[in-house]
Amino acid sequence: MKFLTDKALERLREGAETPDLSGTRYRLLERVARGGMGVVYAAEDVKLDRRVALKVLDVPETNGDLASRLLREARVLALLEHPGIVPVHDVGTLADGRVFYTMKFVEGQRLDKFVESVPSIPDRLRIFLRICDAVAFAHARGVLHRDLKPANIMLGSFGEVLVMDWGLAKILRGSAPENLRPAADPEATIFDKSTPATAADETTVLSVVTDHGAVMGTPGYMSPEQARGDVEHLDARSDIFSLGTLLRFLLTDGFSDSPPVRARGLDKSLESIIGKATANVPQDRYESVSELAIDVSRYLDGVAVGAHPESFFEKATRFYRRYRFFILLIAAYLLMRVLILFFFHR
Amino acid sequence: MSEPEVQHASDRFPQTRRSVIEAVHSIDAEERQQALEALCAAYWKPVYKYIRLRWNRSSHEAQDLTQGFFLEVLERELLQKFDPRKSRLRTYLRVCVESFVSNEQKAGQRQKRGGAMPHVALDFASAEQELGGTVMDPAAIPSPESLEEFFEKEWIRSLFGLAVEALRQFCIERERERTFRLFEAYDLDGNGKITYEQLANEYSIPLTDVTNALCWARREFRRIALTRLRELCGSEEEFQREARAAFGWDAK
Repeated sequence: MKFLTDKALERLREGAETPDLSGTRYRLLERVARGGMGVVYAAEDVKLDRRVALKVLDVPETNGDLASRLLREARVLALLEHPGIVPVHDVGTLADGRVFYTMKFVEGQRLDKFVESVPSIPDRLRIFLRICDAVAFAHARGVLHRDLKPANIMLGSFGEVLVMDWGLAKILRGSAPENLRPAADPEATIFDKSTPATAADETTVLSVVTDHGAVMGTPGYMSPEQARGDVEHLDARSDIFSLGTLLRFLLTDGFSDSPPVRARGLDKSLESIIGKATANVPQDRYESVSELAIDVSRYLDGVAVGAHPESFFEKATRFYRRYRFFILLIAAYLLMRVLILFFFHR
Repeated sequence: MSEPEVQHASDRFPQTRRSVIEAVHSIDAEERQQALEALCAAYWKPVYKYIRLRWNRSSHEAQDLTQGFFLEVLERELLQKFDPRKSRLRTYLRVCVESFVSNEQKAGQRQKRGGAMPHVALDFASAEQELGGTVMDPAAIPSPESLEEFFEKEWIRSLFGLAVEALRQFCIERERERTFRLFEAYDLDGNGKITYEQLANEYSIPLTDVTNALCWARREFRRIALTRLRELCGSEEEFQREARAAFGWDAK
């Protein structure tokens, strides 16, 4: 048997990982990123002469679960045509048996890297609102993301804000097309938005959790119910929790030029918004992403937010901040009048 | 491109044999023997090299202990005690080796090996040559902390070596010897300086033939290595983890 040097081992590994694109319209360019179950490459679509991102499974499997998940991710993306969600172009199986899909190649930066270049809190909140738009759209189409975190948000070079990596997405009952329902996909657990899960649903959910051996999501960003593996009770409020942690990240991290916000403290209204979005009990959170977005917009507009009942002093402070110019103008006018009166009565 | 359907498992990763863990429980003696041979073929070199370095044993002693270990696996039915839910087979075997050598040391003498070893050619001379040529370099001798990594690396080397050998046989059967020679020249012996163009000139074939041949060979290598790995794992979960480790997908 031939002795394999370390160099040969490395080349064999590289060769085995490289997807076999023979018979497809794509030419491999370079590896871009690695996700939980696959690798993303930059590839050239030789027919349309454009660059695409090609996501392919790397992990081999014998039961087809991961292939089904990747395929379902592509179908979820196809279902979600929105400017804030990367469009899928194509899906297929490579000559080496691996399932792949191609999507728009986004040139930009992940939010966790990009955030340092955005020092202004209002600008960060505007980015957050764009994320909320995409997630609210997905919820309206009956899809939960379940893995919202800074690494899964891309900011394009032309200001696009894109929610990426829908590999853990869940389809809500009544919204799923036929090809996304459990018969075609063991991972797609479907449940009603308003009614409790049935016993049958619960069984499906539990078996999924057991089969994959672990709770799916990212610690620190997933909701308590998701972290418990309580899949049957997940609804839009689980994503709202993740959005709340994302908001906290945006408001406290990556301030390189100014004192950390954590040290000087967040505005109480923003704290309340985050607190409500990340409440431990789903019933205490916002009912929908739109509600959360409205509160953030109200904060940006200097209006009272729903999550924070204000004291008289806070109301006055906010009123002053909002109308500072006019208040100062009136105060200056009044002061001038007082001075004039005082001068003429001497 | 037509709508893909997730292929049936056997289409993508055909399993030539059952997992060795299942096969050692077989009532068929021949199947049990085959399982042990597969295990021995994949693990004897890592075990031998591990004994040589971990306990600084001489070549002769390490040979004796390696044979003794696989006899013990056979006689004490150690594989039947392996539970894939608790650990990886690779880790289990390494721990078994440690326990075996430790017991041998306590006994203070080596027992004369006999019995029915699996019919696998243990080419200790080549294993020794590999050790001498590579890891016995003083700078490359693993520290105690990295011995586990060393065992893993040697196991991967052994697995890939078997897969390359199987690929060579496969190419011969398909009358694609030239494909294997290209694969050997570029992926196994290539130092990073050889190019597809050079290979095309050397074999007087179009560049696309080189590309296609290498693509085919890599695909088949991957398939064979994964099939063999599947046989050496006790569960799907273990297989996934071992595949990630073997192909370095975790590290990237």
